[in-house]
Amino acid sequence: MANFMSRNDLFLFLGFTIVVLAMPIWLAPFGAGYPDLLQRFMIYGIFAVGFNILFGLTGYLSFGHAAFFGVGSYAAVWSFKLLTLDAIPAMIFAVVISGLFALIIGFLSLRRSGIYFSILTLAFAQMSYNLAYSVLTPITNGETGLQLTLSDARVLDAAMGQTLVGQPVPTLLGQQLSGYAGFYLCAGFLILSFFIAQRVSGSPFGMMLKSIKSNQTRMQFTGFNTRPYALSAFVISGMYAGLAGALLAVTDPLAGAERMQWTASGEVVLMTILGGVGTLVGPVIGAWLIKYFENILSALNDQILANFWSFLPEGAADLMVQVTGKFVGDGWFLTLGLVFVLVVVFLPGGVMEGVRRIAATLKRSGTPDSKSRQTQPAE
Amino acid sequence: MTLLKRGLSRRRVLQTGMAGIIGTGVAPMIFTKGAWAQEFCNNPTGDTVTIGLNLPLTGAYAEEGADELKAYELAIAHLNGEGDGGLMNVLTPSALTGNGILGKKVGYVSSDSQTKSDVARAGATRMIERDGAIMITGGSSSGEAVAVQSLCQEMGVIFMAGLTHSNDTTGKDKRRYGFRHFFNAYQSGTALGPVLSNAYGNDRRAYHLTADYTWGWTQEESIKNTTEALGWETVEAVRTPLGAGDFSQFLTPVLNSGADVLILNHYGNDMVNSLTQAVQFGMRDRQANGKDFQIVVPLFSELMAKGAGENIKGIYGTSNWHWNLQDAGSVAFTKSFGAAYGSPPSQAAHTCYVQTLLYADAVERAGTFYPPEVIKAMEGHEFDGMGNGRTLYRAEDHQCMKSVLVVQGNDAPTSEYDVLNVVQEVDRETVNYDPSIFGGELGPAEPVPVCA
Amino acid sequence: MFEVIFLQFLNGLDKGAAYALIALGLTLVFGTLGVVNFAHGALFMLGAFCAVMFRQFLTLETVTIDPTQLSPWGAPLEIREPLVQAWFGDFGAILVNYSVPASILITIPIMLLIGIALERGIIKHFYKRPHAEQILVTFGLAIVAQEVIKSIFGPNPIPQPMPTDLRGAADIGAWLGMQANVITYPLWRMIYFLFSAVVIGGVFAFLQFTTFGMVVRAGMADRETVGLLGINIDRRFTIMFGLASVVAGMAGVMYTPLLPPNYHLGMDFLVLSFVVVVVGGMGSLPGAVAAGFLLGILQSFASMTQIKAFFPGIDQIIIYLVAVIILLVRPRGLLGRRGVMES
Repeated sequence: MANFMSRNDLFLFLGFTIVVLAMPIWLAPFGAGYPDLLQRFMIYGIFAVGFNILFGLTGYLSFGHAAFFGVGSYAAVWSFKLLTLDAIPAMIFAVVISGLFALIIGFLSLRRSGIYFSILTLAFAQMSYNLAYSVLTPITNGETGLQLTLSDARVLDAAMGQTLVGQPVPTLLGQQLSGYAGFYLCAGFLILSFFIAQRVSGSPFGMMLKSIKSNQTRMQFTGFNTRPYALSAFVISGMYAGLAGALLAVTDPLAGAERMQWTASGEVVLMTILGGVGTLVGPVIGAWLIKYFENILSALNDQILANFWSFLPEGAADLMVQVTGKFVGDGWFLTLGLVFVLVVVFLPGGVMEGVRRIAATLKRSGTPDSKSRQTQPAE
Repeated sequence: MTLLKRGLSRRRVLQTGMAGIIGTGVAPMIFTKGAWAQEFCNNPTGDTVTIGLNLPLTGAYAEEGADELKAYELAIAHLNGEGDGGLMNVLTPSALTGNGILGKKVGYVSSDSQTKSDVARAGATRMIERDGAIMITGGSSSGEAVAVQSLCQEMGVIFMAGLTHSNDTTGKDKRRYGFRHFFNAYQSGTALGPVLSNAYGNDRRAYHLTADYTWGWTQEESIKNTTEALGWETVEAVRTPLGAGDFSQFLTPVLNSGADVLILNHYGNDMVNSLTQAVQFGMRDRQANGKDFQIVVPLFSELMAKGAGENIKGIYGTSNWHWNLQDAGSVAFTKSFGAAYGSPPSQAAHTCYVQTLLYADAVERAGTFYPPEVIKAMEGHEFDGMGNGRTLYRAEDHQCMKSVLVVQGNDAPTSEYDVLNVVQEVDRETVNYDPSIFGGELGPAEPVPVCA
Repeated sequence: MFEVIFLQFLNGLDKGAAYALIALGLTLVFGTLGVVNFAHGALFMLGAFCAVMFRQFLTLETVTIDPTQLSPWGAPLEIREPLVQAWFGDFGAILVNYSVPASILITIPIMLLIGIALERGIIKHFYKRPHAEQILVTFGLAIVAQEVIKSIFGPNPIPQPMPTDLRGAADIGAWLGMQANVITYPLWRMIYFLFSAVVIGGVFAFLQFTTFGMVVRAGMADRETVGLLGINIDRRFTIMFGLASVVAGMAGVMYTPLLPPNYHLGMDFLVLSFVVVVVGGMGSLPGAVAAGFLLGILQSFASMTQIKAFFPGIDQIIIYLVAVIILLVRPRGLLGRRGVMES
């Protein structure tokens, strides 16, 4: 680790950056080249990268990360309401608040490990969700969701003498953030997040986290206290979640309690596993896949299916519409469930393991190259 | 996948490029809104116009969502001149032609909102940005309605709310781009009061169980105000978590609380569960304070009534509309819907159908899809024939002012759909109120935001 | 005040009965197979849908359409003839009336089959894999199960009426020789409590007094040694998984009149049941039962307005709060053993 970045790392990072920035172009033929979905790709990518810092490196499976995501959203919207419509203070505020929140929950939850840890995080997140939906309505606006109104205070904006016409929307240095501007902002943050995750995972700190995963007991026997390391990882991944939540509020300024529900925590687990836990790129790919299928499969209806199968004879076409109809539209979750089970059973390393296996097969059939690719890119 | 693609317009490509430059912070600040003077979000340029249906196809209000979808399909068919025309024949005054809207054929895209505000907003964004929806409509909860309504204000797209009953939708959260045909909790209270007084007298002690979120609270407040004005005493108002499933721990304390009326401010599956369980607790066979114990469900829907089965018999509530009303509009709609789907329409279906026609009518009258003009055409518009008597789209808060139904669970149903009886049609003047009591601000219609 | 507290206690027992039953099955699987089964809620839901299916089968109708007559909404009139009554007369009517308890008879074999198939098909391959992967695969299975049910039965809850004789409330106060009409409680909820007591007692007796149970208990304590003794422990474990499925399924069947089941029922109970199991102590059967009743009673009392006046929103979080406190104070739950599930 003498030079700043190894060649492999640099290539990975540059490749990732190019792929992300070019998304509006290469995703358009797949029906996904519109800003809202692209923003979500970025935001949930950040969420998953952060989750992987905890789960992928230390092996602690948190079932409550959606709480930090939600806290980030609420903090950002409050910053828009009270301070200014500018996105920068909102994001700083959101990351700090969700970091503090993660510190408290992490401090308590990390006193236990294994499934006890999972249940503790789950319990904290469910408490946050239930309270946000009901008693905390003055802060969260409950079911309706916290949103911006013309009558908000916005102290800083008022001090700068800015007045508003129309529905208030977040800005960045005066530039509106809906549409593609919002996408590039989120993309910038995803790339930054990816870069930080890459550094973390290659650093001595990252090694320490990985050794917690491989053998915590042995670490403790050597008189080493692992908890501060695990807690740091927990807080970092909580801040990632807060950042993602804040970005969701920046691009669409409404914070609803549903994004804190345990199923939302489950979703980021699914993303990470599907893509490949412990790898850098995997979680992002998992997030993209799930968000893509959620938006595209769920929008397919019988009419579109009928068009698709229209080349078949009538009876067969109807049958195929019936059968495939069960797996798309509001049945897309069935597809997700099946794919997920198959991945866990046959491909525990997710998409990334699949890629590695294919690459290995190709290599074996091709030139007898060296075995250098076998090592993890981050090492 | 090419089926899904809407093609990149020239403007869109330009925007993409520009936003890219700006997003990376290179461009000077020349990019301001209003750069396209006469352009607005999703201005339909082809020979079709797309509306976006945001429906709860899963979640607590899924049954309403499925019925709403049927109503929209029917309304769109009628607008395009297919089928029997339904309510188009009875709407007065009407500018509808039966040839689409402004000569453009109407199509739709839909999205499952899962009865969640977040998801509803994401779905609406997708339909506006990707599918080019000119108008968003639907929904079965006030949370959804309020969330999507403010999104539509940001995007400059008109929102025609589906089923939403909270006072907030056209009260403190009202928006210039949002319109509501459905009635609200305040009107439920006003309509229900005299009927309750007649049936149960003025010396009652009420116990509220309230869904613990905004809609529940506004309804509890409205009903409490009404009943307390009658002379009823409120023993207790208990908040229950949304989707609690088992309400027994909240029902047990009712038994010996000294109350003789239980008011359930629940809707959807929550209402079916809490009512069914209250009946299992023997509350309808009980005596308290020397009177028969009674249950009241202020907001009824025939779909819920069907789910609750015979537990609903004799119970009072209010509705926006019911299919066995005998005016020409209701008869026409029931026939048309029944012929198409084999069952009578629910109030959710009715309100969604009417909203679609009203939007189309406003566009025809305005002669353009340009939202500020359409809004102007809708504001203060008075019409008749849609099943609720003479109706006014009030300009001050975009609330439809019309008669409200007080209904009662049918004791002797002749079919599984014949679950409610209309007890009284409370006219528009009686349920009228001053729009300023709920505050809120509509905001401006112009400049029109241009969505991405 | 006494009657208020007594009723709330009764309600706690009744809620706790459901929690205890679900947690019992979950603990059986964990204690014997060492598998963390996130699909257990789905098994509860599948059981409930056995009752739905049975009733739909019993209430099959012949539909003849009479085109000469129109219904009030303008569709041709449908004349419906229930088949079971037509074939079996009064017995058919009684069967329909008692469809919920009767469906237990078909639930037992169905759930046994589902359980065995799951264990042999998938779970078996996960004994040696990390707990995190067990959680993930069973979580995926739970999603698949609920989505399959959704695509067959639709997203809406399907009400299951209870037998007419068992509806309404029982005057428990009068039974106990107190004033009439003060302490009344729904009859079916009492039945549910008794039912769960019988099932729990049955499971304990089975493990305690049969050779099979003895071997399984030995296997729970020390799997390797039992294997070395030449006992085919795997086959017994398969049966235990089937048994746990049956317990979950029966709990689901009897719950249907209280809460109309929909596809999501399992997920709603899953989180709760895990909290119960962890509070009781992973792997401890008595712990699971005790924690089920304890949490049921606490939840019931936390919902009283007198309590909520002091702690707003306590009814929303009580279960999780208790779980957090117990896990922090007593790391292994109420009755858990050392060293279970900590890596």
